[in-house]
Amino acid sequence: MTKPKIATTSLAGCFGCHMSILDIDDRILKLVELIEFNKSPVNDIKKFTERCLVGLIEGGCCNEENVHVLQDFRKNCDVLISLGDCAIMGGIPAMRNSVPLKECFEEAYLNGVTVFNPAGKIPSDKELPLLLDRVYPCSEIVKMDYHMPGCPPSADTIWETLVALLNNKPLDLPYELVKYD
Amino acid sequence: MSDKIKFSIDDVEIEGEVGQTIMEAADAAGVYIPRLCASKNLTPHGSCRVCTVKVNGRSQAACTQPIAPGIIVENDTDELKGHRRSIVEMLFVEGNHYCMFCEKSGNCELQAVAYRLGIAAPAHEYLFPNRDVDATHPEIFIDRNRCILCGRCVRASKELDNKNVFQFVGRGIEKKVAVNADANLSDTDMAGVDMAASSCPVGAILRKRVGFAIPVGERLYDAKPIGSEIESNRAENK
Repeated sequence: MTKPKIATTSLAGCFGCHMSILDIDDRILKLVELIEFNKSPVNDIKKFTERCLVGLIEGGCCNEENVHVLQDFRKNCDVLISLGDCAIMGGIPAMRNSVPLKECFEEAYLNGVTVFNPAGKIPSDKELPLLLDRVYPCSEIVKMDYHMPGCPPSADTIWETLVALLNNKPLDLPYELVKYD
Repeated sequence: MSDKIKFSIDDVEIEGEVGQTIMEAADAAGVYIPRLCASKNLTPHGSCRVCTVKVNGRSQAACTQPIAPGIIVENDTDELKGHRRSIVEMLFVEGNHYCMFCEKSGNCELQAVAYRLGIAAPAHEYLFPNRDVDATHPEIFIDRNRCILCGRCVRASKELDNKNVFQFVGRGIEKKVAVNADANLSDTDMAGVDMAASSCPVGAILRKRVGFAIPVGERLYDAKPIGSEIESNRAENK
């Protein structure tokens, strides 16, 4: 029997949730016995090569590339899980949601006290992904099947969730493992 | 004449005293009814509706409804828990609740009730409203992003501090807590020791320079769910 595949990505996140995946410590050896990583920053596979059972999404969507990656994950994964608060509600990046996009750019590239930008231009290279008007929680872009709150979710939470999912068992997390911070 | 009143909550016989609300009698008997706007020592407000129970089949706020002989109260049912989840989820999407950096996190009643109700994420779209912060007062700040309009500060200022610092203004989605001054909190007679400052269930009114004093793991709701302190009053748990 082939092992189930897991894909992960970090959109508008800080990679803290991926650090928390690594924080399962030596259980990662057990994990690679249970599953195989497909597209993920963990193994640096850039494109989906096979259909995956689980997609773990860190971060919300702040630019068009995030949206494309998320849609790609939805197409290629059976179960999509929001990994952490940013995927669930936008997180820290979503603090810009009450500020108009133009003001965000001006603060970042022109007016901020630590800005050094002699050309006085806001970057607009075609290679740069277009910034969205606001940061979107993942569930507002595609259907998300499960949500794992936390900033980041603890390693134990991630481990227990994956083990339950892979064994087709209901998940009954102890009180201390579900936290929003 | 006996001044005891017998009634039941979820088929458990409870004995309350004349004049008690359902919530007061339940608390004394060690039965937890989730709540946000209700707080000991404050007049019940009945506004958050989280404590809604069924009394003889009709929905009532447990914090305002007085007990009566023989009433049959439903509390911990799937239907009511579903309603409570919806209310709490709406409170989360209606404000800007960034638990990850909020100083109240771990001691926050909104967060703790959400944990207790088993909410992983709200089922509604986030509104990301534009709310303001008032940090003018030397000892206290107001962050309206986190306000859930429970009115505890309004009542605490009036009833416990004998002042009138806070009041609601506006209606519907525009409703907010305002201060009793032309401009800011610093223009009021609010003092750092006022009960109104400690009455806030969320991180909307906080004392300055005391945040993050308690390490993660030792905060009020880190290890035990909200309501455990009430449930420890139950006779069989003693």
